Amino acid sequence: MFELIGVPPQALFGQLLLGLINGAFYALLSLGLAVIFGLMNVINFTHGAQYMMGAFCAWMLLTFAGIPYWGALVLAPIIIGAFGIVIERLFISRLYHLDHLYGLLLTFGLALIIEGLFRRQFGSSGLPYANPIPGGTNLGFMFLPWYRAWVIVFSLTVCLATWFMIERTQLGSYLRAATERPDLVQAFGINVPRMVTLTYGFGVGLAALAGVLAAPIYSVNPIMGANLIVVVFAVVVIGGMGSILGSILTGFGLGVIEGLTKVFYPEASNTVIFIIMTVVLMLRPQGLFGTPK
Amino acid sequence: MPSAPVPSAPMPGSRNRSLQAFAALLLLLLAAPLAIYPVFLMNVLCFALFACAFNLLVGYVGLLSFGHAMFFGFAAYVCGHVVKQWGWEPFAGILAGTAVAAALGFVAGALAIRRQGIYFAMVTLALSQMVFFFCLQAKFTGGEDGIQAIPRRPLLGLIDIRDDFVLYYVVLLIFSAGFLTIYRTIHSPFGQVLKAIRENEARATSLGYAVDRFKLIAFVLSAALAGLAGATKAIVFQLASLTDVTWQMSGEVVLMTLVGGMGTVFGPIVGAAFIVAMQNYLSGFGEWVLVIQGAIFVATVLLFRRGIVGELLALASRARGDAPSQGADIAAEEVKPAE
Repeated sequence: MFELIGVPPQALFGQLLLGLINGAFYALLSLGLAVIFGLMNVINFTHGAQYMMGAFCAWMLLTFAGIPYWGALVLAPIIIGAFGIVIERLFISRLYHLDHLYGLLLTFGLALIIEGLFRRQFGSSGLPYANPIPGGTNLGFMFLPWYRAWVIVFSLTVCLATWFMIERTQLGSYLRAATERPDLVQAFGINVPRMVTLTYGFGVGLAALAGVLAAPIYSVNPIMGANLIVVVFAVVVIGGMGSILGSILTGFGLGVIEGLTKVFYPEASNTVIFIIMTVVLMLRPQGLFGTPK
Repeated sequence: MPSAPVPSAPMPGSRNRSLQAFAALLLLLLAAPLAIYPVFLMNVLCFALFACAFNLLVGYVGLLSFGHAMFFGFAAYVCGHVVKQWGWEPFAGILAGTAVAAALGFVAGALAIRRQGIYFAMVTLALSQMVFFFCLQAKFTGGEDGIQAIPRRPLLGLIDIRDDFVLYYVVLLIFSAGFLTIYRTIHSPFGQVLKAIRENEARATSLGYAVDRFKLIAFVLSAALAGLAGATKAIVFQLASLTDVTWQMSGEVVLMTLVGGMGTVFGPIVGAAFIVAMQNYLSGFGEWVLVIQGAIFVATVLLFRRGIVGELLALASRARGDAPSQGADIAAEEVKPAE
């Protein structure tokens, strides 16, 4: 086999694949954050905890109800999304008239509560979740596990479907209109508060979906979302939250860059996204796809 | 914001009132080690200074930094390293930590003020996570172990600080110096401009103020004082560890300030004492501490956004029959973070 700049191709493509998968999670999570932020002006700090809850929900459905992965893929986002709706009605909806930063502080507090409760119940060591599609195929230059291919294809489909729904359907046009002028849209007879609630539920559902997808790859554990969310915030700063397609592209792109860094300069793999954020802030402060204010 | 906006012009005499309050607090703190374990008190003082430094930014400029642990924790590492490895005198070590935190604050601040509001919080959070990974991997920080057994050398070569009682008064001196610096800053013409930026950034710009420069100076000052607190804590506990640079620590200082009262002079001190005492008493309950902290966050944001000191002052001014805006200047100012 050939070698690329002293790196065996198996390692290179293996990390690329892992990078794409991380990118899929970044994309799903930053998409959810962007949708929520667009309509509610709240940055949802609970997003990481809700991603973790999605993974735990899949694990509980399997362990206590015998519902396999494919069932969890549908049920977990609905259950956690419904939980998100309850949270929005009970807590977040009380803060819309205040400065956005209070929403950040509130959701941060909620994340601490959820994470603490799960850590109390399950410890922090992690629970295994069996791979629903074991095996894979040899592509000649690398081994491609079926499940990983599935994660990339499926998450890309979900991202594009979300983009289509928001940018190309009537429902999406209401949503975009309400982002610009909620008062006017309300005056046209559309129930904006209900739309806000459902949008929050949808964003949370996306996070839970990412959690279910992650369960067979990473072990299910209470702190899986806490560190991820900080990286996703950096992704959001890099991409800017103005554009749906931008969030998707930035998510996948940064995942790949992170994967490549693991091959060529592993010491920087934890920080490369933050370094990119710094560079973007210097050159284009509004973010790659953001519009200057 | 929850209540009517409050004019930032202090009532005549109210400034003296808060200085008198500080003098009373100082007397209390001078006598405190007779009744309370001095190491606990030093811990409270370090966090109180940290929270006051954070409050300078969130309460008076309206900038919510979610990454202040990077200054607190990194200054602790710098101080620990120069004192333990290079044999520096403790004051010099603390000053070194403070100086490095100020430099770090200059870089982080220059980047973060390029974005506003929620993005500012996310940028500072991400930058502090970068510092965390640096501390995890760098050689001099000792990785997971941190820097342990930092010696308590004689202060200025004269004062033996191995005794906790002696060290307590040194820490009290450092705390008072930091507190008075912040107090002076808030009540200077510079501080008035900061409040103007908090209230209406666009108008401050149109009046000809170089808003970004003011924000950056405030950020550097806040970072330096957070560093002063962290470096002092490293001497007190003879330890610099990863805990102090995590984003959870950044969250803790936000919580202390929020609970005590953002934008009040004494709020962060009360909040720090409250949270440190709570952690002390609940330390046996493990993960419940996290849950309780989260619950306090939620309850404060939903029920009493002005914090303990802010609510007390509002109550006091109502009892006096003043208009709600005429509370002592030390506190009633509501926080108005920038859009």
